Amino acid sequence: MTRPTGPLSGGSHRLAALFLTPALLLVVVFLVYPTAYSLVRSMFDARGDEFVGVENYVTAFTDDRTLVALRNSVIWVLVAPSLVTTIGLVLAVVTERIRWATAFRLVMFMPLAISLVASGIIFRLVYEEDPDRGLVNAVAVSVHDVFSPASPYQGARPREGGGLVVGPDGALETAPVGAQGAVGLPITGFDPVELPAQAASAVLPEPGAGLRGLVWLDVGGTPDRTGEVDAGERGVPGIAVEVWEAGRVVATATTGDDGRFTVPDLTGGPYTIRLAAANFAEPFRGLTWLGPVLVTPVVIAAWLWIMTGFAMTLIVAGLASIPRDALEAARVDGATEWQVFRRVTVPLLSPVLLVVFVTLVINVLKVFDLVFVIAPGSVQEEANVLALQVWQVSFGAGGGDQGLGSALAVLLFLLVLPAVVFNIRRFRGDRS
Amino acid sequence: MRGKQVAFGLVTAFLVVAGCAGPQPAPARPGPLAGQTIEVLAVWSDEEQAAFERVLDVFEQRTGATVTYVSGGDEVPTVLATRLAGGSPPDVAGVAQPALVRTLARAGSLVPLDPSTESVIDAQFAPVWKELGTVDGELYGFVFKAANKSTVWYDAGQLGPGFVPPRTWDEFVETLRKLSDTGRTPLSVGGADGWTLTDWFENVYLQTAGGAMYDRLARHEISWTDPSVRTALQTLGRVFRPEYLPGGISSALQTEFTESVVDVFGADPKASIVFEADFVAGAIAESTPARVGADARVFPFPRIGPTSSVVSGGDTLVALTDEPGTKALMQFLASSEAASIWAAQGGFVSPNRQVALDEYPDDSTRQIAEELVGADNLRFDMSDLMPSALGATRGDGFWRAMQDYLADPAQVDRILAELEAEATAAYEEGDS
Repeated sequence: MTRPTGPLSGGSHRLAALFLTPALLLVVVFLVYPTAYSLVRSMFDARGDEFVGVENYVTAFTDDRTLVALRNSVIWVLVAPSLVTTIGLVLAVVTERIRWATAFRLVMFMPLAISLVASGIIFRLVYEEDPDRGLVNAVAVSVHDVFSPASPYQGARPREGGGLVVGPDGALETAPVGAQGAVGLPITGFDPVELPAQAASAVLPEPGAGLRGLVWLDVGGTPDRTGEVDAGERGVPGIAVEVWEAGRVVATATTGDDGRFTVPDLTGGPYTIRLAAANFAEPFRGLTWLGPVLVTPVVIAAWLWIMTGFAMTLIVAGLASIPRDALEAARVDGATEWQVFRRVTVPLLSPVLLVVFVTLVINVLKVFDLVFVIAPGSVQEEANVLALQVWQVSFGAGGGDQGLGSALAVLLFLLVLPAVVFNIRRFRGDRS
Repeated sequence: MRGKQVAFGLVTAFLVVAGCAGPQPAPARPGPLAGQTIEVLAVWSDEEQAAFERVLDVFEQRTGATVTYVSGGDEVPTVLATRLAGGSPPDVAGVAQPALVRTLARAGSLVPLDPSTESVIDAQFAPVWKELGTVDGELYGFVFKAANKSTVWYDAGQLGPGFVPPRTWDEFVETLRKLSDTGRTPLSVGGADGWTLTDWFENVYLQTAGGAMYDRLARHEISWTDPSVRTALQTLGRVFRPEYLPGGISSALQTEFTESVVDVFGADPKASIVFEADFVAGAIAESTPARVGADARVFPFPRIGPTSSVVSGGDTLVALTDEPGTKALMQFLASSEAASIWAAQGGFVSPNRQVALDEYPDDSTRQIAEELVGADNLRFDMSDLMPSALGATRGDGFWRAMQDYLADPAQVDRILAELEAEATAAYEEGDS
């Protein structure tokens, strides 16, 4: 049995085909067919039995939700990859000079080993608004409380219809009163048990010389009428009272143990009595990180934490291949470290940086789980990105509209395509 | 060469066969339906799945049929659509959205119930339930597991023995005000999940506008800008006040349903009252140390109008095949006997009025079931009756509108106008 053998023989071609077939089959079944089918499906309606042409694409570009998702995806692409590449570069260069570089890099790389959903859950907790639950706000509150002391009657508010209203700056204000008036100022929203021990029973002052008033806690008396001084209700001591006339403070007073205050020697009027916000201010509770305004930056920050290690690792590998003599030559010529970094390291690294950047862009465009997990339902619309919108539209609610979903997926595909083509070219160029 | 190809073909064939082989058929039991297999796909998972499988066990023992249960969780609509498209539907499906039942029935995917099952439903269910399972005059299904969405839960330990559950809306507002007067934040609202807010609205609207208007709004025969909607929202606004909610409005908007329950019944409570359906009991058992019936008690949603009313939800069972086994199973599941098996295990309320109240394991569940079966004015959850794009999409439609209202009640005009626009579009597209 003598048969020609060698790389170009017919038998080997067949052999090659034999070995390639399974892979090819898998590629066709799991990649080519779904892609083509998505394209076809995107031109049919929700049920998939009526051809609608480009209608789904028109809907995609006129729907508010999709436009917000598109806008957010653009923000992501503009901000996230360049930040991660920059931070990764800085870390890579800096860690070259420290003693525990490997250990440090290992730690930096670790977040990448955690699944995105798990990281999302972690960050959801970190940014929780309640300082008892959210780490960031817990830190913010403890720092804040060191510098500004808490107010004595936190959370107290005026009794509705009791003569006080909340002013624009949070202070409680009365309607104008005369110089010889006597006013009762009921407040509520505070536990009587927590009043200072010296607080005495509230009694309305009789009108007399000077402007007189009573600030009392209108809670828990018998009978428990609102806006009236009842037996068992006590005055609120130590409240700073300001008397305003024509937009400026003309006198100040402090309530006594029985909650009463008197401001003598007033002649003009009418006056407004204000109880400053500092008496009642709610405790500082940190920022609403997961509110409509900050949610996208917060999710991007979480992604930063995850991906920085990835960028750094690739850049470190790139750094290792930079010829040392080029750096040395620059140093011998008297370049500062900054100049070496700026004029030698970065240009030599630029191919690697570009690959890292483009890979990150692809990654960013398909970010989905982080947004889904971190953003609470009430701000999901504000945090929405294209990949999430594809899922929401296709499967989110009771079966969904897979026609529109496919159209969005095709759009997403078109957006990723340039980055992918670029990367493939790059790899080809590297090989040749 | 030939030998190799044959071997390759054999290997492929083996792989394909191995991949396709399903579960081994169970040994046949004696009985009228011996050897038949019936597949049930439904939303219940975990503990609910275990409880439902016990119901199925009884059927298996009696008939000799083999019933396999597949849990689809929240993805039942998607799974069902895929199975139908692939031509292998399950025999019986349990779905949470009546809108989906309607869509499937009109698409011809469902088999109407046979007369013997219908007579069971006539005898043991209130007419309103039969109507829910009827599409275009034909009875397709029945609600097996109902939810009473008009229950308010409170922590008896926190509110003390002197606490009298409020019966009317005014009393409810007064209760909240009294509690908040002492600086507490009584009401926990899970606003991050839009559906908890729509449930609030539905309960209020059913009472302020009445059942007839409720039906018309659910079918979008009246506009969302109708004055009745605004009245209901304003009524609701008396309760959704920042001083009643722990952490204020922005915190409520970030609180998910389970968290809102933990905020009341957890080890470190922030509030004492939470509204939601009977499934709060499940969340209490799973995530808090409180015991249902002892620490965690229930009162009916406060009355606003003259009649008692209940908003309910529920999972509807429908048949997708015409096999004798399917019919027998549907008839069995409609009976009070099947419902009683699950009722005894807890976490379950049946709309079947022949299920004896003694079957329920604790007083709270008994009370919930009694109100559900005895309500004068019972309506199904409005958001489940809507097209899901409007009534069941995270961060959009009805859910989103209620979140926006909670965030800023002053925007009510804009919110309702936007919701009306979305509703018009969603009802035009139809139920899908």
